[in-house]
Amino acid sequence: MKIAVCIKRVPDSETRVKIAADGKSLDEAGVKFVLNPYDEFAVEEALRRKEKAAAGEVVVICLGPAAAQESIRTALAMGADRGVLLQADKIPADPFETAKVIAAELKGTAWDLILFGRMAIDDYNTQVGPLVAELLGLPCVTAVSHLDIDGANGVAEREIEGGIEVVDFPLPAVLTADKGLNEPRYPALKGIMAAKKKPLEVKPVQPGAGTLEIVALTPPPDRKEGKIVGEGAAAVGELVRLLREEAKVL
Amino acid sequence: MTTLAVLEQRDGVLRKISHEVVTAAQRLGGSVDAVVCAAAPVQGADQAAKFGADTIVTLANPAFAKYAPEAWAQALAERAKQGGYRTIVFAASATGKDLAPRVAAKLGVGVAADLTDLATDGAGLMVTRPVYAGKALLRVKVMSQPAVLSLRPNVFTPVERPKAGAAETVAVNVPAGRVTVREIKAAPAGTLDVAEAQIIISGGRGLKEPANFKVLEELARAFGGHAAVGASRAVVDAGWRAHADQVGQTGKTVSPSLYIAVGISGAIQHLAGMRTSKVIVAINKDKDAPIFKVADYGVVGDLFEIVPRLTEEIRKLHG
Repeated sequence: MKIAVCIKRVPDSETRVKIAADGKSLDEAGVKFVLNPYDEFAVEEALRRKEKAAAGEVVVICLGPAAAQESIRTALAMGADRGVLLQADKIPADPFETAKVIAAELKGTAWDLILFGRMAIDDYNTQVGPLVAELLGLPCVTAVSHLDIDGANGVAEREIEGGIEVVDFPLPAVLTADKGLNEPRYPALKGIMAAKKKPLEVKPVQPGAGTLEIVALTPPPDRKEGKIVGEGAAAVGELVRLLREEAKVL
Repeated sequence: MTTLAVLEQRDGVLRKISHEVVTAAQRLGGSVDAVVCAAAPVQGADQAAKFGADTIVTLANPAFAKYAPEAWAQALAERAKQGGYRTIVFAASATGKDLAPRVAAKLGVGVAADLTDLATDGAGLMVTRPVYAGKALLRVKVMSQPAVLSLRPNVFTPVERPKAGAAETVAVNVPAGRVTVREIKAAPAGTLDVAEAQIIISGGRGLKEPANFKVLEELARAFGGHAAVGASRAVVDAGWRAHADQVGQTGKTVSPSLYIAVGISGAIQHLAGMRTSKVIVAINKDKDAPIFKVADYGVVGDLFEIVPRLTEEIRKLHG
């Protein structure tokens, strides 16, 4: 199994968002960056597939700044074989430009699987995986929470509103991993040490400007201050009255 | 200027989220052509007219009964090109999130995804999308031709604005895709998805053990089928609840009319996922819990006393 896993470096989910002086971006001072949590499911799945096949290679590909090498090293510490950083100072606001850069890197190699996380927890675009699949002309299943592969045929489950879609697809394919697909392993000390010696190629790239232009990044509107209705079950009557008469949601 | 509004059907019945798509498409001015991929005429498709569709076209193919990602994408991309639409609007539903990028890529553009607001003015098409799970809002100028948009569910309240809604069924001939939906395993009857529910009752570690979620399920049932039970990351990671139920930055971002957080302290990644709810109620024994900072109404105390009482009161209202 030759598997590519496309990852992203993102602010940790506990980050308190501060807006930078340009009014258009995140103030990164003091922000802890991590491997995107959904990408951990993709890395884990790739490792399990390779282990099951007892052969192959897991290559981690990341578009990002020089500091994204750290996220690649995390994936290498989990067990991936080598990494490629497509180095650009800024990730384009237009996901189609991101997809073009990643597709160009993937093109020309006979991958059995190309895995992404379902979405990045920073920009919530949920589309680079399927865009890349379209650019490469490969079949694609998004938001995969269960996966069986038998030779060149795969069966994936994906969550939809009120149910699960069971999807058949042929390999090679592009899949995006959802929570539930697996339990990602923690990198062991041995893995962390080994990761330092694994190959990590840095390729400068220049993504296009695209057609989505960021005008402003603003804090969400403050919620008006709420009130404590009371304590214990005795407060329920008043709560229901407020929900009916003041909030008008009942 | 005409906008193409992509409707959704399941089992041949129009999904309600389609009303939101037509309503939002209306806001762009000009006329709205609604389109739906289906095997046969879609039950309820005429409702698109009630919300402002000038025409409703069913792209019909026997293989379109279930979601056929590649074939639907091709049929829609061809339709979009033929019609010369400047803007194509999808719902950011499970299907829309999968379908919109496929169509967009065929049209050579990306998706301005998961929007909570959109408007056209002198500067062109401006959209708002929450990022960092709603901890910030990104204002984006969409310059792509065409503009492909997807809308966060439950945000664009359907507004009735009746139009002619001339209905037409067009047989489309596109190759069957490589990716095929074999079956849909339905969730147990009466289970609503948290992403689409109007009322969400979420539980956290304060529930103490998985079996105690029945207290929340009873409250959800008291709302008569409009409520879903959600969960915090802590209890999902502990295996108490399904991943599909998780609300927060690494789960679902939700905007129901009423969000009731029970036994949830309010970690920042959870607050991010639910702060756009219209009304938030928090029930927690710790009066200093961060959840009370975003809640409109808080009740401090033992959830095992408070929630059953609330269930009784709601039953009375719906009784």
